[in-house]
Amino acid sequence: MVELKQTSPCAGLLPVTLGDVTMSELTPGQMTCLTAFGDPADLSAALERAHGMALPGPNRSSGKQGARCIWFGRGDVLLIGPAPDAALGAHAAVVDLSDAWATVSLKGAGAVDVLARLVPLDLREGHFKRGHTARSQVMHMQASVTRLASDEFMIMVFRSMAGTLVHDMKQAMAAVASRR
Amino acid sequence: MRVAGKGVIDRSKAVSFSFDGRRYSGFAGDTVASALLANGVSLMGRSFKYHRPRGVLSAGSEEPNALITTGTGAGQEPNVRATVQEIYEGLVTRSQNAWPSLDFDVMAVNDLAAPFLGAGFYYKTFMWPKRFWEAVYEPVIRKAAGLGALSGQNNPDTYERAYAFCDLLVIGAGPAGLMAALTAARAGADVILADEDSLMGGRLNAESGAVGHQSGAVWAAGIVAQLSAMDNVRLMSRTTVTGAYDGGMYGALERVNQHTGIRGAGAPLEAFWRISARHSILAAGALERPIAFRNNDRPGIMTAGAVRAYLNRWGVAPGKRVAVFGNNDDAHRTARDLAAAGVHVVALIDSRPDAVIEGATFPVFKGAQVCNSGGRKALESITIRTDSGEEALQVDCLAMSGGWNPTVHLTCHMNGRPSWREDIQAFVPTPGSIPDMTVAGACNGVFSTRACLSDGVEAARTALGALGRKAPAEMALPEAEDTPYALSPLWAVAGAGRAWLDFQNDVSVKDIKQAAAENFSSVEHMKRYTTQGMATDQGKNSNVAALAILADATGRGIPQTGTTTFRPPYAPVAIAAMGAGAQGHGFAPERHTTSHKRSVAMGAPMIEAGLWYRPSYFPKAGETTWQQSCDREVGYVRKAVGICDVSTLGKIDIQGPDAARLLDFVYTNMFSTLPVGRVRYGVMLREDGTVMDDGTTARLGAEHFVMTTTTAAAGNVMRHLEFVCQALHPEWEVSCTSVTEQWAQFAVAGPMARALLNGMLDKPIDNESWPFMACGDVQLGGVAGRLFRISFSGEHAYEIAVPSRYGAAAFDALLGRAEQMGGGAYGMEALNVLRIEKGFITHAEIEGRATAFDIGMARMISAKKDCIGKTMAARPGLVDALRPQLVGLKPVEPGGRLTAGAHLFEREAPAIRENSKGHVSSVCYSPELGMMIGLGFFAAGPARHAEVIRLVDHLRKVETEVEICHPVFLDPQGERARG
Repeated sequence: MVELKQTSPCAGLLPVTLGDVTMSELTPGQMTCLTAFGDPADLSAALERAHGMALPGPNRSSGKQGARCIWFGRGDVLLIGPAPDAALGAHAAVVDLSDAWATVSLKGAGAVDVLARLVPLDLREGHFKRGHTARSQVMHMQASVTRLASDEFMIMVFRSMAGTLVHDMKQAMAAVASRR
Repeated sequence: MRVAGKGVIDRSKAVSFSFDGRRYSGFAGDTVASALLANGVSLMGRSFKYHRPRGVLSAGSEEPNALITTGTGAGQEPNVRATVQEIYEGLVTRSQNAWPSLDFDVMAVNDLAAPFLGAGFYYKTFMWPKRFWEAVYEPVIRKAAGLGALSGQNNPDTYERAYAFCDLLVIGAGPAGLMAALTAARAGADVILADEDSLMGGRLNAESGAVGHQSGAVWAAGIVAQLSAMDNVRLMSRTTVTGAYDGGMYGALERVNQHTGIRGAGAPLEAFWRISARHSILAAGALERPIAFRNNDRPGIMTAGAVRAYLNRWGVAPGKRVAVFGNNDDAHRTARDLAAAGVHVVALIDSRPDAVIEGATFPVFKGAQVCNSGGRKALESITIRTDSGEEALQVDCLAMSGGWNPTVHLTCHMNGRPSWREDIQAFVPTPGSIPDMTVAGACNGVFSTRACLSDGVEAARTALGALGRKAPAEMALPEAEDTPYALSPLWAVAGAGRAWLDFQNDVSVKDIKQAAAENFSSVEHMKRYTTQGMATDQGKNSNVAALAILADATGRGIPQTGTTTFRPPYAPVAIAAMGAGAQGHGFAPERHTTSHKRSVAMGAPMIEAGLWYRPSYFPKAGETTWQQSCDREVGYVRKAVGICDVSTLGKIDIQGPDAARLLDFVYTNMFSTLPVGRVRYGVMLREDGTVMDDGTTARLGAEHFVMTTTTAAAGNVMRHLEFVCQALHPEWEVSCTSVTEQWAQFAVAGPMARALLNGMLDKPIDNESWPFMACGDVQLGGVAGRLFRISFSGEHAYEIAVPSRYGAAAFDALLGRAEQMGGGAYGMEALNVLRIEKGFITHAEIEGRATAFDIGMARMISAKKDCIGKTMAARPGLVDALRPQLVGLKPVEPGGRLTAGAHLFEREAPAIRENSKGHVSSVCYSPELGMMIGLGFFAAGPARHAEVIRLVDHLRKVETEVEICHPVFLDPQGERARG
């Protein structure tokens, strides 16, 4: 028998605060990639029944903190929080990605300015509202960016790139902090 | 010297800085140029080719002469324009291109050799002997001519890249830009107003005229204050928009800390912005052009507008006795402003006999021209030519104006050509040159202040219309100067001697005429032959005059002669700014496995595999070479048990009713027949029939597979599958999801592999429950994992996968147990030896040229089904028996050396290119066999086992006789893996 201890992707690297922006690791629970087979409306209904949220459209998310679903690329959504209900399997490919992504929160008045250094998205509040999400890049890494609040974003990159995420993010945070 | 009561700088704040080792004092708001002029320093640089003494010509970013180096040590910055660099406490600057000093430059002898150094002299003079160009001439010329230099050390400064988005980008914050921004902002548009100056206002800060009841500078400050209070406006001063690109994208360089001493702690020196704008307004103003006359380059001769700027903005009179020379009414203002400020105006010289000059309190010469200047390191006199002859005037400053050129550059960045306007003798932007850009103000050939204010409002109305926004009903326009702009062309004053056009590259009127005489009459040819406009200022002051002279010399009109192409960037941009963040660890993402920390702690050197970092080997005390470590690690696997992190291999979860169909289509061999709980090796081809990748795929359920790819090709394979699913078979119900990062996977290989695993698994396995190529779910201390019985070493081996959060712990646990059993961790070197001994291929073999036939897997292309690449792989040329095919290689003499990359020849054939019959792809020292072995490709190789050929590595000078053999060196029956 063996006892295996868990290590989080950003263990020992976060949190970091520079200026008025704080980056911290999120532990949002189980993350499951759902890819609909057949009519996506069936999956949406199943999702609604099991987890109380509809299937989000492109660049959108549904649900709320604790049980959220974000669009995750063409045909894919990511269910974040609850363990996926077995009923979902009838309408979608269900793939556990709980350990595949490093998930961080970037919070503070300057968060949007920090991301402007790394992410080529129009993050103006009127254009990228709370609940909006996008697959994009953070510096050189492919990433998922979701606005959780006016001053908070959820950023996801491949787990193996957690160190680079923290490196690149800290650099941008320092640059933004130096201007304030 | 400073003029009392003039200027908008803060005279309460003294700032000291140094130039060429001497300390000077200026005020907050000064540029190096204004502060040096205030200190009576007019000599600021030496020219590029002839090392002629030069002073400041302009007051802006177009400056060709006053180039300085700022800073010291590793971060020194060359070719900074003294007219742009603001002074700050402790700023260190120095002159360039002069030795031993700016004041006494021995290279000035070049100026005496000028008759031999005219247009095209490189091409004529250094033709012979041919090899002397690179060896002698070029190094000498490069040393003698030139600009400032970088330090040659790593740049310690931080730079920044950033993105910005807006509805409207207004470029330039002069009267037109300010009104445009205000109008659009009041309509609610998201506005970015970018201006390259530290102080917004453009010419309003440089002129004495009033706007409304205020001075121009005060009015501009008031508008800026209004704008900065609006949430939908972003003001970006010290920001030069450097390029216009497709899709409303603009490049811009912001000098974030160039005007402060703040360095380090992440503070950027400069930021390179990419601004995405739905619409833009170019209000970049105009640049004044000099007049070419003999010796028009002496320190103290500058443009008339620059003299006004130094006087009105910085409170500096650039001379005690100033003359003004122009061909237009605008120049008159300089004389009037100077006289009003109490500066002695020696003469106003207007080349037009019919010029109307009102209220002159100084001598006026109409229909006269300045034809020469005197002095050496500073202007001492000018010679004027009138109808009655030539006359010398004692002056220490000459303000000249040949008219104004609208700053059309950005409108040409997408291959637009400007249009000639005869009335203002200048090029203006051709409408529509840049999609969604409106041009306003002086940039549009509108020169009076009042007209610029109004044009700014109009441009904003146009922009708001395009943005679908309602413009404010009325925008009140203040009263302002509204005099018409009148000039008559004067490009060069006739006469002998050198009259300078391009000050930065030392191009004279003579050079242009010489080019025309030698039939370099196209403007593009003239440019390259003379280097006109090819310096860092891109000929901003001189291009139009140069092509006017070319037009004259070739008997064509100016519009027929045309312009050269303006390209981005508008002003120099440091590469460091464009590549910001990509130095050091920012160069590329570093992908670390969950065992990374432990591996590093064990002293393992890392090698890069794609973006992944993988341990090369794990050194132990007493080992002095990697080979010793590698041999020991190979021994773990062959004799006990070895642990290797193989998480970097691509893992793709494939699900759906059509999953098996997809696999049958992309793999050459059949996967729909694979039973659940089993793994199969597969090869996939590109459309052209060459091998794309190989790997194993496990069937976890009827409609559920996990494919593994090689580390390097994981991304390519994923893209390939996506292409098949989206483009070739969109009707299939199948999903492909990368799970590479989800699972930490470890190879457990060696005769004791099962014993080790059984110490960790909640439920032990045996050969019956888990035979070779079996797979399934397992539990380790309650953690759900997956176990695959596959072998890349030929030994009894498994790969065990756990969710990545348990990866570090699993590696520790596996390693601890392996070490107790006489085994341990093995790295990439050992992995390579193990697979070569077994003849397993990697991308060293399937490098993009090899076919399935070449690697001996032609029979794996199933005859029962179609697959990608099948048809193309059957082309006769790809299945020719004489093609180089995979073989094993071993030296005839046991100590013989094999090298990867060496070529293979018949024993007796000379080792020349034409005789090469193959190459060596992989080699290693096999501890098991006690000699080097290799894999390679040899023509008809499989038919020639046991024959001796010759390996020749011309690069490393290795020649070895080798025997062709079967590529599987160990356990050809595969009994160990099945045991």
